[in-house]
Amino acid sequence: MYALVDCNNFYASCERVFQPQLNGKPIVILSNNDGCVISRSYEAKELGIPMGAPEFKIRDQLKQQNVHVFSSNYALYGDLSSRVMKILEAFTPHVEVYSIDEAFLNFDGMNINDYYDYGLQMKKRTQKWLSIPVCIGFAETKALAKVANKIAKKYQERTQGIYVIDTEEKRIKALKWTKIEDVWGIGFRLTKKMQAKNINTAYDFTLPHNESFIKATMGVVGLRLKYELEGKSVLEMEEPKDKKTIAITRSFAGNITTLSEMTERVSTFATVCAEKLRKQKSCCYGIMVYLRKDKYKVETQRYNFYKLETLPFASNSSITISNLAVKMLKTMFEEGEIYKKAGVIVTQIIPENQKQFHLFEEENPKHLKLMQVIDAYHKKTGERKIRLGNQDLQKTWKMKQAHLSKKYTTNFSQILEIKCQ
Amino acid sequence: MSIKNNLTFFIPDLENNQELPYFPSGIKAGFPSPAADFDESKISLDNVLVKNRETTFYAKASGTSMIGAGIDDGDIMVIDRSLEPMNNKIAICCIDGDFTVKRIKIEEDGVFLMPENTKFKPIKVTDDNELIIWGIVTYVIKSV
Repeated sequence: MYALVDCNNFYASCERVFQPQLNGKPIVILSNNDGCVISRSYEAKELGIPMGAPEFKIRDQLKQQNVHVFSSNYALYGDLSSRVMKILEAFTPHVEVYSIDEAFLNFDGMNINDYYDYGLQMKKRTQKWLSIPVCIGFAETKALAKVANKIAKKYQERTQGIYVIDTEEKRIKALKWTKIEDVWGIGFRLTKKMQAKNINTAYDFTLPHNESFIKATMGVVGLRLKYELEGKSVLEMEEPKDKKTIAITRSFAGNITTLSEMTERVSTFATVCAEKLRKQKSCCYGIMVYLRKDKYKVETQRYNFYKLETLPFASNSSITISNLAVKMLKTMFEEGEIYKKAGVIVTQIIPENQKQFHLFEEENPKHLKLMQVIDAYHKKTGERKIRLGNQDLQKTWKMKQAHLSKKYTTNFSQILEIKCQ
Repeated sequence: MSIKNNLTFFIPDLENNQELPYFPSGIKAGFPSPAADFDESKISLDNVLVKNRETTFYAKASGTSMIGAGIDDGDIMVIDRSLEPMNNKIAICCIDGDFTVKRIKIEEDGVFLMPENTKFKPIKVTDDNELIIWGIVTYVIKSV
């Protein structure tokens, strides 16, 4: 048996943990840089605030309707997420963290009589111990657990947030109820293709006469999904892995038109990638630079540009990675063009200790020592103060976070303050 | 003779990873350090003050209403949210949307939130109040 545990309106729930006076009040969370709405409380959804709406467009509406607005506080959400996952681990040792607010659980080899009751216990515990409400769907496969979760969430009053698909009758009923666009792994484009073939529900997807179409359009992935929806488990629990790529990309508030400005940005992105590699104790071989021109001002159709190069040795040195990224940038950059977005992506990541040594070329051994000093200093001060020569010392690389709540659980100077009156 | 019954399997308990002391002196022939047998792991305040990592939070007290309980202005409170609220426990309460710290008193005529300073008045919780017991204070850390 599998379960999918999904936290309800997770970011909004996190903000309420330390501001319980906001229970029952509408809340929205904005994306990095306070760009657009990325999470809404139930009350905010009821007010008709659309997901993804740019903040500046709905500023008046938010004010009029007394909606509480927050900048995203990932330090807080990440900490509470790990606490939720730890609490779930007390119910089964097999927990696969699927995203910041979702986890798959597996109960093979465990003797559980009543999954509904077991789910209710989990829900009560995360609610009482952390004030994080969850919904849980149980079924024989991961894809069906997703479906069950959706039912639990949709009919919370009737189900109390727990739904178990444990009979053939319930499975068929659930599949007929699930629209094709809500099926796990069916995105916007596939939905269109499926609908054109009259596949409108998850149930239609499993009908035998559609099998060849699914195989032709989705390949083995589609067939696996079909088996999963039929109750034959083919997707197993996945072990956590280090990230396969690390990407730092940003849209620019203003346009960038000169090479020197762009060099500064690309170099900064490269150093942040290197820093992240060092943090997870890995190195990379591949470095990719990405540029995007203003798509409304290009003569030709093309506005995205990529270039990938491979290092002779795996590295996590800010200097090495930045140098190569800047070298690639110089071959790509066209003076006079208007650029809107850029990024550095590092790939072919391997653990630091599995690094293969190269006979002729090797990292300058001084880099390692230098990076350790820089990392230690940045950890102490909490700011990226030491930079490479081609980075701008004036730029603070600070996000717009006008509505940021405190880092209640990760920064000692920002813990909750309680009035003794 | 059956050997079947003679085998007992012990399943290692990997849940509580008790850290064993490490002897950095290494193992050498010669006279061993007389202290090596008494080597123990270092004291960690985390292990003492935090019983439940997932449900422990910290908060700073601001004000004087709880000085009788040893909670002074600026003290750090260790709060465990997994503990059940009980009579006489000191709790972080959220009453009508406001956080406060009080001692819980359960009497026959209702629940009271008691300050520990005569300058402040007890709060009787009525049906009109919305009371959330947010967590139980387990330790107070103060600088002296």
